[in-house]
Amino acid sequence: MFEDLFKVVKKRFNDSEDDYKPMFKCPRCQETSPLIRYEELHRVCPLCNYHGRLSAQERIQITVDKESFCELDSGMTSGNPIDFPDYEEKQKESAEKTGISEAVVTGTATIKGSPCVVGIMDSRYMMGSMGSVVGEKISRAFEYAAENNLPVVMFTASGGARMQEGIVSLMQMAKTSGAVKLHSDKGGLYITVMTDPTTGGVTASFASLGDIIIAEPKVLIGFAGRRVIENTIRQRLPEDFQLAEFMFEKGFVDMIVERRKMRSVLSHLLKLHGYDKKEV
Amino acid sequence: MSEKKSAWERLQLVHNVSRPTIRDYLPLIFTDYYEMHGDRLCGDDKAIFGAIGRLDGRPVTIIAQVKGRDINENKACNFAMPHPEGYRKALRLARQAEKFHRPVICFIDTPGAFCGVAAEERGMGEAIARNIAEFMTLRTPVISIVLGEGGSGGALALGVCDELAILENAQYSVLSPRGFASILWKDASREQEASEIMQITAEDMVRLGVAETIIEEPLGGAHNDLDKISENIKEYLSKIIPKKCEKDIDVLLKERYTKFRKIGAFIE
Ligand SMILES: [Zn+2]
Repeated sequence: MFEDLFKVVKKRFNDSEDDYKPMFKCPRCQETSPLIRYEELHRVCPLCNYHGRLSAQERIQITVDKESFCELDSGMTSGNPIDFPDYEEKQKESAEKTGISEAVVTGTATIKGSPCVVGIMDSRYMMGSMGSVVGEKISRAFEYAAENNLPVVMFTASGGARMQEGIVSLMQMAKTSGAVKLHSDKGGLYITVMTDPTTGGVTASFASLGDIIIAEPKVLIGFAGRRVIENTIRQRLPEDFQLAEFMFEKGFVDMIVERRKMRSVLSHLLKLHGYDKKEV
Repeated sequence: MSEKKSAWERLQLVHNVSRPTIRDYLPLIFTDYYEMHGDRLCGDDKAIFGAIGRLDGRPVTIIAQVKGRDINENKACNFAMPHPEGYRKALRLARQAEKFHRPVICFIDTPGAFCGVAAEERGMGEAIARNIAEFMTLRTPVISIVLGEGGSGGALALGVCDELAILENAQYSVLSPRGFASILWKDASREQEASEIMQITAEDMVRLGVAETIIEEPLGGAHNDLDKISENIKEYLSKIIPKKCEKDIDVLLKERYTKFRKIGAFIE
């Protein structure tokens, strides 16, 4: 069901290898612009405002207060629950390539002084897919926030469930959603920031459960893969199908916020909910 | 227990057109049932059946994915692939069950949630996520049974429960073996190989902590003896429902949370 979505995601992954050449080709408007310009804008297409993918490290750097980030569960790595062939090797490759140990980084931080728990998914690590570690780290982040009366800001980016973990990956949807509910029932604020791409099992679990759902411009948000749907209905889908603006129009996103304003919007929203400056 | 079949052989049984569906089981397990319709928001999804009825005289809420027994029935129920309104109907009926202190019995039998334009427009992701989160804290017992196919998030949306039972030949998986082969190996024809490697059988589910109970099927599969398989399902429900109803609801909810919370393989 997700196969074609993965194809699209993968294709864009390959595109990102071009980042090391001096031009940037935008996956949305298909135009090229100088890479340096794209980088200066923190990976935003200067022509169509598509918000490209950031690494977890880059996202932390532009979002939270300097040196406020304190990582949780940094050493956690994955087992191989269904003994899937070559899964360990695949993980090792991804870790070496990205410099992170799994597809999500979680921690405590402050945003303009407001304390919070943050989670940042990184689509470079096995397409940001959710397996045991992503599920466990996100669940713990919400439990920690619930215990310490902290808000959660979650930047989502995922191709969906991690196929190599079979049914165990599906169960992470239940685990994370349960932890979100626990945090919510204690009155905690949860802000989702959907970034490129937020799809599959992540859309169908914690990503869609934010009290406030923000999306970056032109990012892909959906449950089913575009090609799968095209094969079902036997016609081409419009270009803007499943983009942030489409989901906003349909009522599943509260606001679309540009990257350069994100930190300030998050800070305001945290303060509006009474999370003012205090020690974490 | 009948002869051990491979995952692939069982998959053929699950796809057998004569495999019993919820409509076959209903009169053999429940009495006094009334079907309920609509999500009160958008429409009535025929891929999700909802009813109030009795199990051994006790009022219960029944929620099920509906497979058809022929092409016309399958067209009507969209081959058991629900739209968001189906999941929202399920949640409405679950909430109603909570209000009237009825246990909820969910029957899972779907290849997956429907992949289409309308489904995306009406927020398939949100609908599944909402069900998962809300069922986690639903203050009434929930028992789920996988009848045939338990495909993906579309199955899990009826699968957050106090105990999961699975029919002997049924499967539960993150994605159909065909889809799995197509994603990982770019070759959908390696479906059989995928089915053997994915760990999707009833025994796998128990070993991985996803299911608690396997419901035995008649020799050759459920379709060979509808009375017998219905009896087995009813026997299971008659035992588990009173047991869960007796429990303090806060203890039950804690156990439900833990059941899912502990699934995963990681190293620290
Ligand atoms: Zn562009």
